[in-house]
Order: sequence, then structure tokens, then C-alpha cells
Amino acid sequence: MATAKEVLLDPVFNNNPIALQVLGICSALAVTVNMATTLVMCAAVIAVTTASNAAVSLVRNRVPSSIRIIVQMTIIASLVIVVDQFLQAYAYEISKSLSVFVGLIITNCIVMGRAEAFAMQNPPGLSALDGFGNALGYSVILVGVALVREPLGSGTLLGYEILPRVADGGWFYTNGMMLLAPSAFFIIGLFIWAIRAWKPEQVEAPEYEIAPNLQYKEAM
Amino acid sequence: MPDTEPRFEKEGLKNVLVVAVSVCLVCSIVVSMAAVMLKPQQKANQQYDQMQNILRAAGVLQQGSNLGPQGRTVEELFSDFEVRAVNLKTGQFTEAVDPASYDPIAAAKDPAKSTDLTQVQDIATIGRREDISEVYIRRDANGAIEKVVLPVRGYGLWGTLYGYLALEGDLRTVAGLGFYSQKETPGLGGEVDNPAWKAQWPGVSIYDAEGEPAVRLVKARSPEGSPQAGYEVDALSGATLTTKGVENLVRFWTGDLGFGPFLKNLQGQTTA
Repeated sequence: MATAKEVLLDPVFNNNPIALQVLGICSALAVTVNMATTLVMCAAVIAVTTASNAAVSLVRNRVPSSIRIIVQMTIIASLVIVVDQFLQAYAYEISKSLSVFVGLIITNCIVMGRAEAFAMQNPPGLSALDGFGNALGYSVILVGVALVREPLGSGTLLGYEILPRVADGGWFYTNGMMLLAPSAFFIIGLFIWAIRAWKPEQVEAPEYEIAPNLQYKEAM
Repeated sequence: MPDTEPRFEKEGLKNVLVVAVSVCLVCSIVVSMAAVMLKPQQKANQQYDQMQNILRAAGVLQQGSNLGPQGRTVEELFSDFEVRAVNLKTGQFTEAVDPASYDPIAAAKDPAKSTDLTQVQDIATIGRREDISEVYIRRDANGAIEKVVLPVRGYGLWGTLYGYLALEGDLRTVAGLGFYSQKETPGLGGEVDNPAWKAQWPGVSIYDAEGEPAVRLVKARSPEGSPQAGYEVDALSGATLTTKGVENLVRFWTGDLGFGPFLKNLQGQTTA
């Protein structure tokens, strides 16, 4: 049985949902253009994953396995709607710029994955910790990506100017690619490389090896 | 030992139904409670947001600030404006709808409350135009018009740009143009939100000597003092279609099918 500390902290670096399992990267591309939306998105995912894990774990002994996926889905979808309503009421500006991506937390593989893989087998307290830890691992990567994208793309961080842009009379030429979603792919790729260089045990074994070439003549 | 107690069957049909119904019930109660309880706050946010957009376009409120001159709040600044419904066909004020709750963009989707535009007419590519729209007017102490704010929209490259066009009291000089919703490419067409670009709009004349819409977005501005200079705004570099869209939407909404007749009527009233 894993200890509470392991359940909470393992997903941050040792078993990161984005960097190791490569889940939930769709929203990581979409919301990391600036730090403010990223932080709100992370808070929303933390709230949803923690609450959904706890809720799924509470009903785990009652739910028949034939309908367990749809029950998890219903719980997750309801929580996401509630979070979205709260954002529209108390963080209107940011909820406008997040637009559909809060709603799309429903389809975030991390939330569903943790409900099915962990919360269905573990007590509510531990499940909530697991949800929180995984969402934290997701958040660490997102904040890291936003930390690169916002300054290089717009010369600001959380809206404050840190690199004076040429357009405003400064010296910094903004990198337009950082404003577009594909740049997050490159940054996440570099993060995965960095984490695996630091923790080589995460490097996957090659699925197959290319056989040595035994015929010493050129293929036509 | 015979099993007398009815056992709890987790996989049985009964349990499936019980779980399905109760999960649906609990979830729907939670969702509806959140939606109903937060509704007033959300509505207030939307109204506040709309007021801010109107005030920003009118140049009363600076970008990124929630306070006007002398620390006046958005609500106080907005209370200077009267909200009126306007019949776009006749160009007259109308009392047919309540301007406080009326939504022109929703009306444009209703065939009974809007007019289909032909391809030639529809330079802003909006499809249908509502018959009744809204205007926001600020008057000075003597009742003379200081600012008129008109809701405008039109198609850019990726989607429709929604915004407000503010005019000075002479009803032919732009006081400001601002978009509150647009989907243009960040860094190119998205620069319609750039304060430096928007700063060129105040002072631009929308009508030429014949009273036709004359605003142009150009690559190279005519020299200062030439007859064209007063109608020109810099195009957005690398965003030809967004630029074209903005030019067309300003021309459409100030033209005969937009607020043109209304502005001429209003002009007649103020000079008379």
C-alpha cells in the first residue's frame, strides 16, 4: 500500500501525467499562451480531479462495473460544469479567454484516468490526494510551458512587461510562434527530455531493435 | 446453510438502475443549484463587461483600467449614457423594445426581426441585419450630443469581429473603435486590439463631402493635409483580410443599411 506522501508527490516528477504518461496535453497546448489563464486552468483541473476522485471513490463499492465508466463521466461532467459556473461568476475575464477549454476538462484523460485507475480501488481520502497530486503534476508542466511562452511570445509575465517589445519602443522582437499552439509541443518535448535526463529510469525500453544489415549490397 | 437474507447484488439489474438514477439525480441537483445560485453574479458580470466595452470604445475608460477620470466607477460613467433602441429602416428612435433587455445580435438570427441582405449589400458578411438596434448617447448639460456609441460587427478572416464604434457629437468624427470579441490570428489580425493601432481612430472622418462612408484602411497614408488624409487609418501588416473586414464593417454600419439614416436624422435634430 502506497503512503499518502507517495500518492501525493509521485505524480509531480516520478510519474508525471504529461511528461511520462503523455496525457492531457491538448489543453496544455491551448491555454498556456499566458500565465493568468494557465493558473486558472490549473486551479480548475486541481479542483475537478480532486473532487471527482473523492466522489468516485465514495461510490466505488456500489457502482456495477457494467456502468462504471458512464457513472464516472457523469460525476466528472457535473463537477466541470460547476467549476465553469463559478469561473463565470467570479473570474469572468479569464473565463472568457479560457472559453471552451474549461468545458473540455471533461475529456481530459488525466481526470478520467485517475478515476478509473485509482479511485475505483482506493478509499476516498487517498483518492482525493491522488487526484490532487496528478493535477499538481499537470500544473507543474503547464506553468513551465507558460513561463516560456508568455515572455517570449508577448514580452510579459502575468501581464507585467519583462522584455520591452519593439512594438512598444523596446528592443525585444516577440516570437510569433510562441503564441501559436505548436510551440507548446516543442517545449513539452524539451521538458520530457530534461526530466528523463534527470531520471533515466523513465526512459522507455525500445519496442524493437533494428536487425543488423547482413547483406553487403545496396538495396535497389 | 440456506441463504434467506436477500443478498445485495452489485451487478444485478436492480442495482444498475438504482445507481444510474441516483447518480443522475444527485448530479443534476448539484449542477442546477450551482447554475441558479450563480446566475445573478454572472449576469452582473456580463452587463459590467458590456458597459466597460462601450466606455472603452468611447474613450472614456482607458485600456486596462476600471476607473475613469476623478476615480469614477464604470457604473457611474455609464449612467451618463442613455440607452435607446433605433429602428434601422426608418432611422428613428423606437419604443417597440426595451433597450435594457434587448439583444440586437440575437434579433439578427430571427427572420421576423431581421432583414436578409443580398451579397452586394452585405459588405460586412453578417448574413442578416437586425431591424432594431441599440445606441448609447451621452449629452452635455444643455442636451447637446457629446458621444454616440454604435454596436458594430463584421467578418474578418477567421470569424466575426464584434465591437463598438464611438462618434463625437458632430456624428461624423470617430471617437474610438474597439472590439470585444474577435478570432483573428494573434500577432497579425489580432493586432486590432493593439492600443497603438486603435489610437489612430479618434479624429477620423467617416463621411465624405457627399455623405457617403469614406473610411479607408491603407498601406501608405496620404500626406498630412491632403483631402484623403482625414479618412485614412493604417492597415494591419500581414492581415489583409482582417483589414478589409474592419474597413467593410465600419462602412456598412455607417452606411445606408446600418446607422446611416439614424445618424442623418439625429444630425437634422441637432442642427435644427
